[in-house]
Amino acid sequence: MPIEILMPALSPTMEEGTLSKWLISEGDIVSSGDVLAEIETDKATMEIEAVEEGKLAKILIPEGTEGVMVNAPIAILLEDDEDDSVLTNYKSGSALTPPNSQEAKQSKSETVAPLTTPEKVQENNGDRIKVSPLAKRLAAEAGLDLTTVSGTGPQGRIVKADIVKAKLSGPATTEEPSGLVREPRERQALDTREVGMPLGGGADYLTKLGVEPGSYDLLPMNNIQKVVAKRLLDSHINVPDFPLVVDCEIDKLLAMRKELNGQTPEGIRISVNDMLIRACALALKHVPEANASYTPDGIAIHKNADVAVAVAIEGGLITPIVRQAQNKGLSTISAEMDDLIIRAKDRKLKPLEFQGGTFSMSNLGMMGIREFGSIINEPHGMILSVGAGTPRAVVKDGALAVATLMTVSLTCDHRVVDGALGAKWLQHFKRYVEQPITMML
Amino acid sequence: MTSQKFDVVVIGSGPGGYVTAIRAAQLGYKTAIIEKEALGGVCLNWGCIPTKALLRSAEVYTQMQHAANYGLTAQTGFDLSAIVKRSRDIAAQMSKGISFLMKKHKITVVEGFATLTPGKPAPRVHVSNVTYEAKHVILASGARARTIPQAGLAPDGKYIWTAKEAMIPEDLPGKLLVIGSGAIGMEFASFYDAFGTDVTVVEMVDRILPAEDAEVSAFAQKAFKKRGMKILTGTQVKSVKPGATNIAAVLKSSTGEVSETFDRIILAIGIVGNVENMGLETLGVKIDRNHIDVDNYSFTGVPGLYAIGDVTTPPWLAHKASHEGIICIEKIAGLNPHPLDANAIPGCTYCHPQIASVGYTEAEAKSAGHDIRVGKFPFIGNGKAVALGEADGLIKTVFDKKTGELLGAHMIGAEVTELIQGYTIARQLETTEAELIETVFPHPTLSEMMHEAVLAAYDRALHI
Repeated sequence: MPIEILMPALSPTMEEGTLSKWLISEGDIVSSGDVLAEIETDKATMEIEAVEEGKLAKILIPEGTEGVMVNAPIAILLEDDEDDSVLTNYKSGSALTPPNSQEAKQSKSETVAPLTTPEKVQENNGDRIKVSPLAKRLAAEAGLDLTTVSGTGPQGRIVKADIVKAKLSGPATTEEPSGLVREPRERQALDTREVGMPLGGGADYLTKLGVEPGSYDLLPMNNIQKVVAKRLLDSHINVPDFPLVVDCEIDKLLAMRKELNGQTPEGIRISVNDMLIRACALALKHVPEANASYTPDGIAIHKNADVAVAVAIEGGLITPIVRQAQNKGLSTISAEMDDLIIRAKDRKLKPLEFQGGTFSMSNLGMMGIREFGSIINEPHGMILSVGAGTPRAVVKDGALAVATLMTVSLTCDHRVVDGALGAKWLQHFKRYVEQPITMML
Repeated sequence: MTSQKFDVVVIGSGPGGYVTAIRAAQLGYKTAIIEKEALGGVCLNWGCIPTKALLRSAEVYTQMQHAANYGLTAQTGFDLSAIVKRSRDIAAQMSKGISFLMKKHKITVVEGFATLTPGKPAPRVHVSNVTYEAKHVILASGARARTIPQAGLAPDGKYIWTAKEAMIPEDLPGKLLVIGSGAIGMEFASFYDAFGTDVTVVEMVDRILPAEDAEVSAFAQKAFKKRGMKILTGTQVKSVKPGATNIAAVLKSSTGEVSETFDRIILAIGIVGNVENMGLETLGVKIDRNHIDVDNYSFTGVPGLYAIGDVTTPPWLAHKASHEGIICIEKIAGLNPHPLDANAIPGCTYCHPQIASVGYTEAEAKSAGHDIRVGKFPFIGNGKAVALGEADGLIKTVFDKKTGELLGAHMIGAEVTELIQGYTIARQLETTEAELIETVFPHPTLSEMMHEAVLAAYDRALHI
């Protein structure tokens, strides 16, 4: 019996994806564990591995195909004793079942069963938590939720040291409200495939707006671009946001960075961004009410400062998250960011590493931008936009002086963070940045 | 004066240096390795490998002597020069193997003694008239036997040997004094005893093999005494006095001083790092009692200079050096290696009976604050051990009572040096007693005792 290779679901919300590349060709012999193809999902590119062995008889979905539904057959594998003749009369079983009915059922049952704890989520998406038996036992004894612990062992395996560290850094979160809010929204985002088109109505969108056909190249959107477009539009429409702008003097911060980098161990280089991440996290810890998400059922106050950092990657934008940043020192943050950025650029981030978070930060300082505003990355209550630190004239003790100033804009979701609260948070942020020594406490 | 440029220069080609060089080459670095003597360093040429060859001869000889136990008859006899030759041939063969490996990985081998002068981004390395410039210099210069010339405890070309001389004897000493009962001392004591030498071992502290679990030390002491070895713990050699045909040693213990004469003395009182004459002082390398201070990733603090293996901090073991070197070069390459956990490094002694251990001893576990469970299983309860005629031995496990963490494992008896990796893997994977108990061990094997020693810690041992 020929074996069908199906389009896998790589995250709980994934309904379709782009089959970006076949790594083997028809006629190749594959054994279990071989990488067959690359799939581009919501935000990352992942590899499909063979589970069974045999000869790849036929590729059903050519590479570059977009919108391949989850569970649709993408190729056919023949076992050792079969030859191509079985393909002649072969009709794909599940391929003919409209994926919709299955999908619909699945999403219905998911709506009925509320996502109560992250552990449930874990079961649903089938993600394996890599954890050592000892770490598992220690976590159970400490009442720690393994989904909140990041692993430092081989391939992110959670080991004893991680649990010991997590125990020191305080009680685990037992709920992740961000997940509750984001889930349905992202589902919606993926339901509508043609993002951006409804406004103008179809393919001749630009023509209707007076742009001549043929005067432009139309590039298909990848999944990242689609998701970003949909989510940011939703945010723009749904979130009553407003900006708060403040100048921060960063001479001391730059001096401290220089001093720190003179003393860090080989391989660690603290960036200004790393220090700002820590400042954000500490300010969130100081003003916990600003570390909030709007939900229809109430305002969720997050227990951890999970700082999402906007990273530009080829063909889009992704926001890897430094989890529990309030408990992490500069070198840890720096090492984590280095790793996240490298893997983000390779599109090798795991969904857990960029989905969720409680706050975001976007820095365009390195591009020379003086100040800018960002769109809230739901379910976050705030996003900080960081401009370039430049020498500017300031008045000090009644006289003109030169200081390095950095302008930051905090965009707040007014439903959870009002002007006074946002300003209070900015005061703390500014204090950490201007007196960076306090960051070390 | 010519100069050559490399990405990585490794100084020393022992198991630390040559493994580091291979890993560097695998990572795409243009690599050179400098060796002042033979490729493979002390380990291959004057340590681990040739002594294992000698001990194998001793083992086979002992078996032959006990042939009757197996229903066999054998004429016993030995030729010391042939035993030594076999050991030297094996060392030479292994060294040639390293030469092949260097070629295979396109590593430039430089013969000579390296000195260093300040440079950027790393110190410059000089051998004879050639300067080697590299981005990263990794020092793996190893160590040598410790001697105390002030007390006359240094090789004298006649009566006093270090490991190196003890490895190539021309005659068997009739009466031998081994100073120091660590791995090296006990291996030589075991070798010479097997061929009929009257062996005395002196140890300063109150038990032999002081790094091992106290119970294993006691077991070993009993086994050696049973073989006819004389073991003096709590004893120091105060002075030695060479005579015309033998050497007198004054042995001092709490009961007083005795003078005894010996044909030969083997110094096995530890090692000292090879840190001299390379210009390390002028570079500002931190050296503490002949060993270099380094961080978790072997960085010396001098830009571009790293140090690994015996020239750094203990444990001074070949496999530690290799691992350290790999971690060091991977860190340099920007990978994300985990620092070496000294407690995860197994130790092996190849005397008869063999000794192997990993992790905390029972005493160490207690003093580290663990509430523990201890399991023990004797070789006499194992069918394979009895069938082999090797019914003397013990396997012991130490678990944390609360978490089930395998804190340590200690073994003495036949082939335990080949068994210890099982517990080492278990520790590395952080398995608890539950997984070990569920693991199926093949029957009949010595490894079943490892299972039983775990079961015993939880009062579930089956065959005792």
